[in-house]
Amino acid sequence: MRQLANAFDNAGLTWFSPFFRIASGDNPKEQLQKIATLIGAPVVAFSIFLLAWGLVAANVKVSFGSIPGPIAVWHQAGEMWKDHWEQRAKAVEFYKEEGAKKAKYLAKFPDRTYPNRKYSGPPTYLDQILTSLKTVFAGFVIASLIAVPVGIVCGLSRGFFAAVNPFIQIFKPVSPLAWLPIVMIMVSALYNPTEPFFEKSFLSSAITVALCSLWPTLINTALGVASIDKDYLNVAKVLKLGWLTQIFKIVIPSAMPLIFTGLRLSLGVGWMVLIAAEMLAQNPGLGKFVWDMFQNGSSQTLAQIMVAVFTIGGIGFLLDRVMITFQKLVSYDKTATIH
Amino acid sequence: MAFLNLHNVSKGFGPSGRRMDVLHDINLEIEKGEFVAIVGYSGAGKTTLISLIAGLIRADTGNVTLNGLEITEPGPDRGLVFQNYALLPWLSVYENIALATDRIFPNWSADKRRAHTEKYIAMVSLTPARDKKPGELSGGMRQRVSVARALAMEPQILLLDEPLGALDALTRATLQDEIVRIWEQDKRTVVLITNDVDEGILMADRIIPLSAGPNATLGPSVKVDIERPRDRKGLNHDDRFKAIRRDVIGYLLGAGGKKRVQVSRKLSLPAIEPEDLTHPRPLFGGRRPTRRGEVKRESVEVDA
Repeated sequence: MRQLANAFDNAGLTWFSPFFRIASGDNPKEQLQKIATLIGAPVVAFSIFLLAWGLVAANVKVSFGSIPGPIAVWHQAGEMWKDHWEQRAKAVEFYKEEGAKKAKYLAKFPDRTYPNRKYSGPPTYLDQILTSLKTVFAGFVIASLIAVPVGIVCGLSRGFFAAVNPFIQIFKPVSPLAWLPIVMIMVSALYNPTEPFFEKSFLSSAITVALCSLWPTLINTALGVASIDKDYLNVAKVLKLGWLTQIFKIVIPSAMPLIFTGLRLSLGVGWMVLIAAEMLAQNPGLGKFVWDMFQNGSSQTLAQIMVAVFTIGGIGFLLDRVMITFQKLVSYDKTATIH
Repeated sequence: MAFLNLHNVSKGFGPSGRRMDVLHDINLEIEKGEFVAIVGYSGAGKTTLISLIAGLIRADTGNVTLNGLEITEPGPDRGLVFQNYALLPWLSVYENIALATDRIFPNWSADKRRAHTEKYIAMVSLTPARDKKPGELSGGMRQRVSVARALAMEPQILLLDEPLGALDALTRATLQDEIVRIWEQDKRTVVLITNDVDEGILMADRIIPLSAGPNATLGPSVKVDIERPRDRKGLNHDDRFKAIRRDVIGYLLGAGGKKRVQVSRKLSLPAIEPEDLTHPRPLFGGRRPTRRGEVKRESVEVDA
């Protein structure tokens, strides 16, 4: 029980740990107080928020009708969930029919090949979430692969950092909306395989995410490497460690906490940038979903967009928690508090 | 020529023009197998001195030689035990020591290197804590790991930079005995830097005071001819101990003592009368402070 509670603490899900601590026999009064503050306060705040939202929604009229209240949005989320499974069922049905057709066709013309057809139904909301996650991870991986090594070199060499710093300062504040057209043109020009493994829209979005999200990792890695305790470097000097050993045994482990702080910030920025990138690049993820809903302007539009807003927020939050857990696992200083 | 030799060594820091010599004209000769303690005030430049021997910094003038060879850079022939341990917190006790072993003896078989590492862990009696991280160890245990790491390099000379400075008195006494015990096993050359005269006399063959900085220099070397093993309790009543102690402390307080600097300047006090807080303070406008020169009349109530 206690280990379970610690695991929850490590995962950044501190709200649940008091329950397990009570179960493991910790002072119940203290733990109940913790529950009251950790869970009670947010629940109260959230209730007030829902109430205020409902009141405002009922009294504001827009071109699509009235603003949906929390209940309408909840209902809409249910619809979208149902739609996903209906589409899945249809797809299964389609492939079953296709299979039957194929068998029939091949029985009739054994010397010909049957053209395999794909189910062409629209992507559902859950498919779009999955696409967004794939895109953001692709962008994040590209960003990390560039930012961590460059950051390490920046931290090790003052000269290199001085040379790179102007670029960091100039490109860091650039909005994804400015990068995207450039990236899209470059991708169209350079990526033209006959059987594309990646969609162009996917590549453009991922690269834009990478361009915008690599800066926090780069800066934090450089800072982490530059601020290594001088004693550790003296140890390396006394032992005459080779530079590779020095980097892998001393520099990287010692900079690890800050590298992960950077990665966590990067993933947050990447997720935020992704929605804008998908809107413009028409990558079939959450960004395109929001844009399409805005364009079709039905009576459900606002409710659907609000579902998307909560989904984006929730996933962003989960990504952050995942990174916190990693950060705690790799950090050598187990007592450090990371929020 | 002596095993370790410092000849007219000076080292200064600071911008040119206002450069201050931390160490000035240091001459030191240490024979092979000797245990030498250098005692001095904190801030006198003890760590600078040991960094010079370790090769982490170069002397401005003079030269430092080990075995007749000039020291120009740090190397594994000089095992340095850092003042604040400098263990790598992401490596376990074993890994910290293995880092040294693997680097110094890359040609040995893996088994031999492991046995070598284990031997030094056992030597500082840390075998039960072999897989712990430095963060989980007490200060004394950390310092033992640091000593084991330095010893595992099998250096020609062991440099101890205030190794026990951060420890409590009891742990300190235990580790003093332990270091002496380990030293007696193979009689390696040791330079111990400390600010504790008693510690120096208890452990070393020879004790040399370092005068207060700036321009710190070594005082007369005092031989500690008390037979080993030395008895910590009995030592306090030993006349030789008392005599050595008197000599060293006498030098540190007298010739090598802190140079007192006298600065005199005129004090100018503000000419403002203290405010009478019994009067209520107006919300706006405030009150102007009364200057001493503006006081026209003073009335004092005196009990008649």
